[in-house]
Amino acid sequence: MRMAYTACKSASKGVACRYPARPGSPRDKKEKGMSTTAANSPATEINADGPTSAEEPVEGSNEGHGGGSRRLSLFVPEPEFRPGDTPDFSDVPIPKAGSVRRPPIDVDAGDIHDLAYSIIRVLNRDGEAVGPWADLLTDGELVEGLRDMLRVRAFDARMLMAQRQGKTSFYVQALGEEAIACAFRRALKPGDMNFPTYRQQGLLLSTDYPMVDMMNQIYSNAADPLRGRQLPIMYSSKKHGFFTISGNLATQFMQAVGWAMASAIKGDDKIAAGWIGDGSTAENDFHSALVFASTYRAPVVLNIVNNQWAISTFQGIARGKAATFAARGLGFGIPSLRVDGNDYLAVYAVSKWAIDRARANHGPTLIEFVTYRAGAHSTSDDPSGYRPKAESEKWPLGDPIERVKAHLIKKGAWSEERHVQANAEVESAVLQVQKQAERHGTLHAGDKPSAREMFEDVYAETPAHLIRQRQEAGL
Amino acid sequence: MIEAVRDAMDVAMGRDENVVVFGEDVGYFGGVFRCTQGLQEKYGSDRCFDSPINEGGIIGAAIGMAVYGMRPCVEIQFADYMYPGYDQLTQEAARIRYRSNGDFTVPMTVRMPTGGGIFGGQTHSQSPEALFAHVCGLKTVIPSNPVDAKGLLIASIEDEDPVIFMEPKRLYNGPFDGHHDRPVTPWKNHELGDVPEGYYKTPLGNAAVRREGREVTILTYGTMVHVALAATAETGVDAEVIDLRTILPLDFEAIEKSVRKTGRCVIVNEATKTCGFAAELMSIVMEGCFYHLEAPVTRVTGWDTPYPHSQEWEYFPGPARVGEALRNAMEAA
Ligand SMILES: Cc1ncc(C[n+]2csc(CCOP(=O)(O)OP(=O)(O)O)c2C)c(N)n1
Ligand SMILES: [Mg+2]
Repeated sequence: MRMAYTACKSASKGVACRYPARPGSPRDKKEKGMSTTAANSPATEINADGPTSAEEPVEGSNEGHGGGSRRLSLFVPEPEFRPGDTPDFSDVPIPKAGSVRRPPIDVDAGDIHDLAYSIIRVLNRDGEAVGPWADLLTDGELVEGLRDMLRVRAFDARMLMAQRQGKTSFYVQALGEEAIACAFRRALKPGDMNFPTYRQQGLLLSTDYPMVDMMNQIYSNAADPLRGRQLPIMYSSKKHGFFTISGNLATQFMQAVGWAMASAIKGDDKIAAGWIGDGSTAENDFHSALVFASTYRAPVVLNIVNNQWAISTFQGIARGKAATFAARGLGFGIPSLRVDGNDYLAVYAVSKWAIDRARANHGPTLIEFVTYRAGAHSTSDDPSGYRPKAESEKWPLGDPIERVKAHLIKKGAWSEERHVQANAEVESAVLQVQKQAERHGTLHAGDKPSAREMFEDVYAETPAHLIRQRQEAGL
Repeated sequence: MIEAVRDAMDVAMGRDENVVVFGEDVGYFGGVFRCTQGLQEKYGSDRCFDSPINEGGIIGAAIGMAVYGMRPCVEIQFADYMYPGYDQLTQEAARIRYRSNGDFTVPMTVRMPTGGGIFGGQTHSQSPEALFAHVCGLKTVIPSNPVDAKGLLIASIEDEDPVIFMEPKRLYNGPFDGHHDRPVTPWKNHELGDVPEGYYKTPLGNAAVRREGREVTILTYGTMVHVALAATAETGVDAEVIDLRTILPLDFEAIEKSVRKTGRCVIVNEATKTCGFAAELMSIVMEGCFYHLEAPVTRVTGWDTPYPHSQEWEYFPGPARVGEALRNAMEAA
């Protein structure tokens, strides 16, 4: 049995789990030697991975081996493909849909270590839902899910264009990652609280949160619920279980655990969800969250969205050649699962499992959603400077919208025509809302929140020094 | 100014193998502001590399390397993101010389873009220089132009103590005088945009007089130097504009000489007001120049609120506010 993780140890240039060594490469030889020692138990596999940096320059190195003469050198991980290269993921191990078991929700973390190294998938390449994680959603719910994702994509496209037209300063898309927030949201109950990053607009766009308010916020216009104070896309809505987004990475991950601990202290039945990107798992707050969550068995679901990139930095910089992101949870005794983040059904099933587990007071779960950031990091970024243009098309997990669509068509619950129509409906609805929002102004045109409002909400009651400053500003 | 900063690191790395550069996105890509572009290619990935997103880690690692004997020059992507590294900076880097009686020292430089003016909202606009200046053992540098940026950065890298090097990001692409509605003028049309080639140092602790004047002294640094010059031109007040360049070490002589001459002083910083560096400057002026003053010393600063997004220009202390302060200083008896 060679699981995804076993192959990842062969990663050439430190690219980690995604890329096994090319046949015949020096690393490949090294890997073959190692694979004979790799046992099936994940714990043994970790050991088999051995030291990384010290082993790197073995082949072709003219330094002596094993003796005292060998000099140290710094290992700096590099992605397999850079601009100009032809990305090829054909040898990336993707476990078969339906092949990963589904444990009971009160399982011990120690009994499911393998789930942190595999990828839970439901939709197979033929569009069928298979295996123990399948069949949790009705066709009607799936059609709603599909519409949610279409809405996120259409919303992103409009707002991206609005930014290009100078109607706002900044935008962040979730292109290719729509399934994750949308399906997770479906598994939550009212009153649960998300502590999101800037890439979980799907959490709001799949609820009844008014889309126009999101646009008003993006435009910092007169109707902006956040009164022009926040950078675009940094939404906030307690009512919709969406904690105010911070620009400082990872802080929310720990706060989610605190919220969950409060729910436990108060004997409530609400759970929290923390969200973080692959790159941001490097921050201290990520580790703080794991230690608190495991210590107090907090009713929290800790979500890592591994979209392979953190601005220009590939995921290997956040974890080197070590294990998977999900595996970070194992040392804390937190059940840790890896999921195909582009598979709406799998995302829903695993989210539901973890949410049910938290609500049943069995404690935290760490989930790694494996996906790919198909767009630029933000409107301030141009990925052609650091990764091949074709990389996102070549990404082996496909497009989340296309996959649900194919599944529904296969089942006879959907058709190309209905899809085209649904997409047109969504796009026109988004456009209508955009017009409505723009009546309240855009960043540099029309009405905007008053300057006076920048002095409000610094404190519950405005202290004397701020009143003086406001007067000095003539406001 | 981006090129000047890059050039400084290039020169420093070329002269001294102990200079290493790392931080978030600084390696292959060359930094989100492109300040390290080409350095990895030129010096190899063990001298210029991407780091994990962990500011405490970046600064802690730089301390470790400095203690080993290297001269790391690391980047924090925005000054607003230095806080997770604040413990390493203030409790460690700043005091290692003192607590080891000079046995261990930390000759490292921490670069970070600072200030607003780019619609970056509250987490891409802060000016936390006072939080560094308040810490004993750190030096804090804030250039206002490319020529200084290069000379000061080389001097910072070669300094024996930890230096915080704050780059006003609104100045990256040209001098910005606060008139946000006017087209950007590039550095190439500015005399201080003409950066000398090769190695040179601008010593830390020397202020520069950007404009000589007789009526009032403006003490400022970074972006606000250009705002102060614009306000001076627009009000017709004959102000002496002093660009401090480094706020620690501070050029007391330049400050006192000028204020004693003019008898009036306006202090300008973009950061929030309460306990901002302007407050320190004001104390220094009161301590050193009280009997020479003909008007109350005043300060123009950002308001004591988080940096707002859409109200950016109501927040930013632009030339209108500085001009008003100048007129008030002149009208005072
Ligand atoms: C404390 C902090 N450091 C650095 C940044 C700058 N920054 C913003 S997004 C980002 C990359 C985050 O990547 P990842 O966590 O993978 O999330 P993704 O953008 O891929 O969703 C960085 C470095 C920040 N916002 N906050
Ligand atoms: Mg990422």
